[in-house]
Amino acid sequence: MSETNSFLGSARRQRQLKRAIQMTIAVLAIIYALFPIVWLVSASIDPRNSLNQQQLIPPNASFENYRTLLTSELHPFKRWMWNSIKVSTIASVLSVFITAISAYAFSRFRFTGRRSLLMTVFLVQVFPTMLTFVAIFLIVQEIGKIVPWLGLNTHAGLILIYLGGVMGINVWLMKGFFDTVPKDLDESAMMDGASQWQTFYYVILPLVRPIMAVIAILTFIGTYGDFLLPQIILQDKEQYTLAVGLIIFARQQFSQNWGTFAAGSLMGAVPIVIIYLFVQDYIVSGLTQGSVKG
Amino acid sequence: MNTSKPQPENDSVEFNDSLAGILFRLLALAIIDAFALWFIYHGVSDGGIGLFLATAMFIITLGVNAAFLREELYPLRWLSPGLALMILLVVYPVLFTAYTAFTNYGTGHLLVKEQALEQIAKIQYLPKEGVVYSWTGYRSDAGDFAIWVMPEEGKPLLLKAGQTLSPDDSSVGSLDNDGIPESIAGYERLTRAESVRHITEISEFEFGEPPDVISVKSLNEAAPLKQRYIYNEGTDTIEDKQTNKIFKPIVGTFTADDGEVIRPGYYVITGIENFRKLFTSPAFRGPFIRIFIWTGVHAFFTVLLTFSLGVFFAIVFDDPTLPGRKLIRSLLLIPYAIPAFITVQMWRGLLNPQLGVISQAITAVFGSSPDFFSNQWWAKIGILFVQLWLGFPYMMLICTGALQSIPSDLYEAANVDGANVFQQFWNITLPLLLVAVGPLLVGSFAFNFNNFTVIDVYNQGGPPIPNSPTPAGHTDILISYTFRLAFAGGRGIDYGYASAITIVIFLVLSVIVLWQYRFTEGLEETM
Repeated sequence: MSETNSFLGSARRQRQLKRAIQMTIAVLAIIYALFPIVWLVSASIDPRNSLNQQQLIPPNASFENYRTLLTSELHPFKRWMWNSIKVSTIASVLSVFITAISAYAFSRFRFTGRRSLLMTVFLVQVFPTMLTFVAIFLIVQEIGKIVPWLGLNTHAGLILIYLGGVMGINVWLMKGFFDTVPKDLDESAMMDGASQWQTFYYVILPLVRPIMAVIAILTFIGTYGDFLLPQIILQDKEQYTLAVGLIIFARQQFSQNWGTFAAGSLMGAVPIVIIYLFVQDYIVSGLTQGSVKG
Repeated sequence: MNTSKPQPENDSVEFNDSLAGILFRLLALAIIDAFALWFIYHGVSDGGIGLFLATAMFIITLGVNAAFLREELYPLRWLSPGLALMILLVVYPVLFTAYTAFTNYGTGHLLVKEQALEQIAKIQYLPKEGVVYSWTGYRSDAGDFAIWVMPEEGKPLLLKAGQTLSPDDSSVGSLDNDGIPESIAGYERLTRAESVRHITEISEFEFGEPPDVISVKSLNEAAPLKQRYIYNEGTDTIEDKQTNKIFKPIVGTFTADDGEVIRPGYYVITGIENFRKLFTSPAFRGPFIRIFIWTGVHAFFTVLLTFSLGVFFAIVFDDPTLPGRKLIRSLLLIPYAIPAFITVQMWRGLLNPQLGVISQAITAVFGSSPDFFSNQWWAKIGILFVQLWLGFPYMMLICTGALQSIPSDLYEAANVDGANVFQQFWNITLPLLLVAVGPLLVGSFAFNFNNFTVIDVYNQGGPPIPNSPTPAGHTDILISYTFRLAFAGGRGIDYGYASAITIVIFLVLSVIVLWQYRFTEGLEETM
């Protein structure tokens, strides 16, 4: 009797110990993950705007830095935000559309060269568009000589480059989802007189909405955070995306502009973080199936 | 790739196009073709890269037409936007990169030969002998100059920059006794003293409509400029009319025997020169090898560190009874959710040697803090530290998912056998986890192999490697080094050499692909 009791007692104690360790690790992990962000938030409301002598709870906290940033003539921050959102939205919507029609074709049609094309798409995605950025730059420069609105320093040119990466792992991912939709659905829709396009658009596409959302969101986030291509393509301050504008701004006298940078960072990060937290389960499912951020 | 049973021709492909549909299709195609032809025409007439681009465009247009006109290519209609983009922005740039890697394309060699010769032909000089004119200067309020020149015979001329006007032009005022206008509309005649004052400015101007350009030689004389360099197609040499030197083409630059060169040069195929430089020239090879090694080390340790911490957290929080599990995970996701350009720049602030909070904390404990930006080793450690913070949530996420797939009876059996927690981790969890997330780890390696954002925002590749002939830094990875070669400006750009390095990146990635392919043998079944 007493033996069993002590056994149960030790098991309970073990459980309690385990819980205590788990909670300790959780607290430490959260401090590790969030301390820098908390520090950044504190910097953003510190009107001294300097890296020097920053305190966790700033005296005379105010939104001065946010105001400076939003009204700055020298650094058109609002413009950068808008550019980033515009470019990322258009790029992700078009990407998802092109990915969907391509994946649908791969899923539903049987044609010569289908397998080799699929394999090519798989191999090509290993060499991301940005790797050939020297060639891309020269190409866009040349395109711009012929079609100025698609050349260097234009958002259309930048979006075009992002679309170049559309035939990649996402086509595979979405094809997998189309494959799970029974073909009977297509057939009965066509039987009812729907064209192939109507079948695709009204019957099949609504069924794969979740994966489309995931791909759209990941493309949006990847484009929003890209620092290489906009740097090469965009030349005027007015045209910069947030990534380029904010970093170039931060590279000038960083420690004296620390608070302003922090304010800009948070304003730039909040939309993305919100997206993440709201749809994290979807995103995780996308990520674990090989879709990449960026 | 073989399938035992033949795939049935898909009978769902039906061509129930209405007449309106066909007309619409043809109209759309006509518009695309018109645009493409116009584009190709301009590309071809531009020469150089335009020619390549026109070729790519031609192939794409041909494909699109075939797909939309021939019923048996129906599936390609759906694929045409994606394939066109892939050809134009992936396949073609890869081929173009491969080509550029074998040329000396870069500063001083940006044109094709014909374009370079055209530009060289425009260079003019002021002959010491020959026709001379006397001249009179005029100046506008805006500071522009005009001159009135009197040849020994024939009519005088009124010349402005880039403009030749007849002496009867309405802007010419009344003539004085010498036949020189008192004024020109908008301009005021210069007195001799004023001419002296402005002579250096005036002599920099080229007056008159090209190619018959006149320049001021001295206070009294103006003379027509002559073409300086005459190209001889037969011998492929250029003669300098001013000095009578002969220039021969040497790797894309016309060069005289004494080493004098004519700008601009043009690009030529230099064969394996860029690769030779990369692998055999000590000055180039040294930095390249350092960067190459760091690229691999950086990607490897980033994956190792983030994976280790990610697995650890995933296992600790893999307990359905843990209160607030979802909240903990959401909070830990935040470092990954914020765009990297923001967080890396933030860490720059936190690690700032004198003022950053982390450096101050280290100083408080150890008395001094390492310099995370100008010391090459600490800069590298700093990058890995930041990478760990950025990347562990991703690893935690994918491991959390993979842990669910490990059957729990394995652990029960291990418990019965008396294996402790660490043995269970090492012998059951880790191997099975690696099978599940292996391809993603390879993917993460490939991603960080080219993680330009983190490297460039952290320290722009610095601190610089001393004595490197190219702009190379200790924390540069291949892609950021390529970026600096192609766009850093300062020491000139070298697209050819940059492309050669891109080719090296390609080769490394190809090896990774083959490796990843081993993980994805199941892929074929899904095709």
